Amino acid sequence: MIRTYAVVILLAVVAVIASLFAFTVSETERALVLAFGKIHRADYEPGLHFKNPVYTVHKFDARILTLDTRPDRALTSEKKNVIVDSFVKWRIRDTAEFFKKTGGDERRALALLSQFVKKGVLDSIGRRTVTEVISGERAALMAEVKRGASEAANELGIDVVDVRIKKVEFPPDVNNSVYQRMEKERATVAKTFRSEGEELAKGIRADAERQREEILADAYSESQRVRGEGDAVAAETYAQAYGKNSEFYTLYRSLNAYSRAFSNRNDILILKPDSEFFRYFNDPMGNQ
Amino acid sequence: MAWNEPGGDNRDPWGNRNDKGPPDLDEVLRKFQSRLSSLFGKGGGSSGGAGGGGGGKMGAMSGSLIAIIVLLVLAYGSFYTIEAPERGVVLRFGEFQRTSTPGLNFLIPWPVERVFKVNVDQNRSHRLASQAMLTQDENIVDIDLAVQYNVKAADEFLFNVRDPDATVQQVSESAIREVVGANDMDFILKEGRENVAEETLLRMQQVLDDYRTGINVTTVNLESAQPPEAVQAAFSDANKAREDKERFINEAEAYSNGVIPSARGDARRFLEEAKAYRTRVVKSAEGESHRFLALLKEYERAPKVTRDRLYLETVESVLSSTSKIMIDVEGGNNIMYLPLEAMLRNQGPATSGAPGSRDTTRFVTSENDTISGFDSDSRSRGSRQ
Repeated sequence: MIRTYAVVILLAVVAVIASLFAFTVSETERALVLAFGKIHRADYEPGLHFKNPVYTVHKFDARILTLDTRPDRALTSEKKNVIVDSFVKWRIRDTAEFFKKTGGDERRALALLSQFVKKGVLDSIGRRTVTEVISGERAALMAEVKRGASEAANELGIDVVDVRIKKVEFPPDVNNSVYQRMEKERATVAKTFRSEGEELAKGIRADAERQREEILADAYSESQRVRGEGDAVAAETYAQAYGKNSEFYTLYRSLNAYSRAFSNRNDILILKPDSEFFRYFNDPMGNQ
Repeated sequence: MAWNEPGGDNRDPWGNRNDKGPPDLDEVLRKFQSRLSSLFGKGGGSSGGAGGGGGGKMGAMSGSLIAIIVLLVLAYGSFYTIEAPERGVVLRFGEFQRTSTPGLNFLIPWPVERVFKVNVDQNRSHRLASQAMLTQDENIVDIDLAVQYNVKAADEFLFNVRDPDATVQQVSESAIREVVGANDMDFILKEGRENVAEETLLRMQQVLDDYRTGINVTTVNLESAQPPEAVQAAFSDANKAREDKERFINEAEAYSNGVIPSARGDARRFLEEAKAYRTRVVKSAEGESHRFLALLKEYERAPKVTRDRLYLETVESVLSSTSKIMIDVEGGNNIMYLPLEAMLRNQGPATSGAPGSRDTTRFVTSENDTISGFDSDSRSRGSRQ
């Protein structure tokens, strides 16, 4: 019985002593041991460690931490206003330094860091045009701000892992003028499209009409040639035939003309019976 | 003892301990272990001994009970299950030991080892909704972005970054804006959507790897990319203009396709008409010549008779097919009245003459109407120009 209690008590004592002498550091942490306010040792890696029971342990987050700054107005080199929103990834590199400069308070560290970064961002943007900030030199700008912030943060025991720009945008009033410009550009594009369409359409129509004229002209020329051929052959045939007796031709042709000219009942002939036709009309002997 | 046996991953926690763990604690635990075994031993001994008191027996029994309870608790705490989509990350006194795979796994119970479970297969997602972004050509586009990711390294995911999910969000926003800022609006709104998503994924992954977040970005989807609300009317009008252009062209093409074949048809018609004309005039000439020559032969045989006959026949046919008035008065007479108009009105349609008269007129008409047909056509073309 007593032995059992003794075991239990022994275990409890061991546990208490262990908690006084030993401490663990997780993978996500770094630790520092203070001896009466003075740094005794700072570079504790993850695992089980021992210390003097009167010393105190301070633990710091060893992970990458985020500083999400508020959107800030900045002026570009051509004095245009832009709003910049960035974030900083940082980690505590040197726990001793960090403890000395900030008292281990993350918020103080953030406040200091955000000043460095803000200054860096404003300076870097001030040396560039809007286009460079938006596109061309974004990466360079971020690297530059990171370098500057790293130098300043170094003495805080802080590593600046990364500075990244989230947003670069125009203030609302500038946005409106951007919208207006975009609208005008679209209107121009629309007009260009329609004009181009008309241009091409007119071209196509004119081309079609030219082709039609050409086709008809060719056809006219060819048809006249063919008709001429026919006329020539016909004329030659007539000439050969009629040339045989031109006197008879005159008679023949005249008679044909008469019968063609007076073939209608509406034609009224007023006659005197003294022509060859009426030779026997008044006188059966045919004497006129 | 169960908690002392090798775990599913074939690792002996005690053996491992001896290599790395601090010797002091090892010592303490070993003592504790020998205490436990001695408890069992002593208990058995006292019960077997002569003169063992009731108190002793009680102590031994409760001692065994405590030992059994302790053992049960230890045994319960020494194994754990990892589900199929999970990985377990085992820490010993805070230090990373190993990653365990799905199934039954063993560990040294608290306070030595602890396990953190991370769901690595779960598709985590994050959306950026309707963000206005500046393009390279200083226009503004509205972007909806959806990011899906999972964990590729559970230990990195746990240890390296505080709040990895928020980090993904920040990195995605930075990456998409960087990509949008490096491209022109037209490209982003039209053909470049795939490229933008792909480029964003690559950039995100690179940054997340730089931070060693243990995160794997699986997809980046540009759900929508469009001009801002304020200018959408202008944009849709521009799109309509593009279609108008196509429409104008199509209409002109249709006109062209109508006009040219029709002109070719006309051309063909002219040519065929001309050929028909050629054939007709040539054949008419031949026919008439033959007829003339045939008649001429007869005329030359008997000129007087033939001449008179032709003359009389012609006058006969003329007079029989027309209205005629014969006036056999010498010198004229002023009193005579001819009601020409009334006579004409009473005529009615012209009656056809004798067969002979139709014969003689035929060739004349055929010669006449051919040329006028083409002339009227060319005039109408001229007026259209």
